[in-house]
Amino acid sequence: MAEQLQNRSATALASDAPGGRTARPRGALRSSRRGDALSAYLFVAPGYILFVLVILYPIARAFEISLFNWSIIPGAASEYLGLANYRRALNDPVFWRALQNTAFYMAFTVPIQLALGLAVAVLLDARMPARTLFRTLYYLPVVTSWVVVSLLFRYLFLTDGGFVNWVLRDGVHLTDHNISWLGSRWPAMTTIGILGIWKGVGWSMVIFLAALQGVPRELHEAAAVDGAGAWRRFRSVTLPDLRPVVAFVTVMLVIGGFNVFISVYLITGGGPLDSTQVLLTYMYRQAFTFLDFGYGSAISFMLTLIVAVLSLIQMRLFRRREVT
Amino acid sequence: MIVGSVLRMRTMLTVRLFLLSAGVVLMILPFVYMLSTSFKPNRLSLELPPRFLPSHPTTANYVDAWTSNDFGRYFFNSVVVALATTAASLILASMMAYAFARLAFPGSRMLFALLMLGLMVPTIMLLIPQFVLAKKLMLLDSLWGLVFFYTGANIALNTFLLRSFFRDIPTELEEAMVIDGAGPWARYWRLVLPLSRPALATVGIFTFLASWDEFTWALTSVSDPDKRTLPLAIALFQGQHATSWGLVFAASVIAVVPVVAVFVAFQRQFVSGLAAGAIKG
Repeated sequence: MAEQLQNRSATALASDAPGGRTARPRGALRSSRRGDALSAYLFVAPGYILFVLVILYPIARAFEISLFNWSIIPGAASEYLGLANYRRALNDPVFWRALQNTAFYMAFTVPIQLALGLAVAVLLDARMPARTLFRTLYYLPVVTSWVVVSLLFRYLFLTDGGFVNWVLRDGVHLTDHNISWLGSRWPAMTTIGILGIWKGVGWSMVIFLAALQGVPRELHEAAAVDGAGAWRRFRSVTLPDLRPVVAFVTVMLVIGGFNVFISVYLITGGGPLDSTQVLLTYMYRQAFTFLDFGYGSAISFMLTLIVAVLSLIQMRLFRRREVT
Repeated sequence: MIVGSVLRMRTMLTVRLFLLSAGVVLMILPFVYMLSTSFKPNRLSLELPPRFLPSHPTTANYVDAWTSNDFGRYFFNSVVVALATTAASLILASMMAYAFARLAFPGSRMLFALLMLGLMVPTIMLLIPQFVLAKKLMLLDSLWGLVFFYTGANIALNTFLLRSFFRDIPTELEEAMVIDGAGPWARYWRLVLPLSRPALATVGIFTFLASWDEFTWALTSVSDPDKRTLPLAIALFQGQHATSWGLVFAASVIAVVPVVAVFVAFQRQFVSGLAAGAIKG
């Protein structure tokens, strides 16, 4: 779902409201008639009703549920708590740890995915044999289900008999004992982060590659004639041209990073002793293990707010840098 | 001078190919290891040093997964859910997209703006209210419930993608049909849809893969073992048989192969769709 999520927000960012100032959408037929409005509603209605039920109504409900000690038994009354669920989160050490872990995952995976994705895209942006094959192979982890790759990494990072420990101990002799990757907080978060990077690099690579192909060749050639080396050309021609795309990819990766869920859920389950909880696994545990829907909703809502605020700040920052 | 630069380009290309190949090894190695484990008898699934070519290759894991562990049924469930979601999404989203692209009607801007709002909120944030709703609508524990929620969750994105494609179709063609007396349905069905096959293919592939791989909503809404889809079944199976890695990975390969096939077969639409969605605007 992560790439789906990235795709969906991708387009949201690039979106524009329909039609200019007028009610008529750009490209609408000049000769449309009055009967068309009725048809239009019939075209829109079935899909829109589904959208309202599955997305809009839950958006409205999300905040409301967080104000209650929600009762899941049909007919039983839920107790109104006001903002108590939010106060509870602020005094909950596991909530803060989950927030820290989420922030760590984001800070660990986003810059590395950006750098590696850009590096691979630059390397691929040339005439070469097997270019499509390379692109396909780098993209393969992106299209593979999170469930499969999470279990796969759990297997690779097993303490005894795991492939990674074998390489580190018997292959390159970096350590003389088997590391317990999933047994404590930071090694486990690192493992989950490595999975996130490995799975995500292909996505930013494809976006960067598409953008690189839009950088005018003439600029490169002109700079080369002026004696600029490859690195210099990259810094002063390619990078400035890519700025909007870098901004876009960064915003998407940050959103994706805060939404980390399946890998943590399947690799550590938030354990041992809640030490690797991230916000969404903690939300899930509160809601669907302890059936505390009110508290779970409060955590979801705060996460949504954090992501929204961060996205706004980033967009501001990138826009300002573009002006100067 | 020219010889020198040709030489330099050759060296550059070699360096490029070397770095890219090194990266590809890191990307692919885990998959190769998974594939190899799925063909090993279980007692050898943790053998060291690791072997990429199984010493005693066997298909027992696949046979076991498919027959005695019900993965045949889960595969069928996943096929039904993914195909039904794709069909429903294509029909409903293309109808909406046509209206937003080509028909003038009061409220269209506001309805579209709300659609874009829905696009911004990650679906997982809505898990709890969606669960409450699904319970009320009796859509828990049902494959149709999965189709209902997957289609609804994808519809804003799909409508957005198709709308921008429909807008690029020249209006003259439709104007001509209007003069011939064709109503909006005829224009949508006989002109716009046939002209939009590439866009419909892109949207269809994205939707198919997203619903094939979806895990979180299935985990939340399905508890009946007969209604499990592949990702859910694999995760729960691993939870119960923590050491049967060969079996887990045989089931995983069964789940991954269709994805890779679709991806490789439709690569062009896939990459162009991703790029169009991201870079445009």
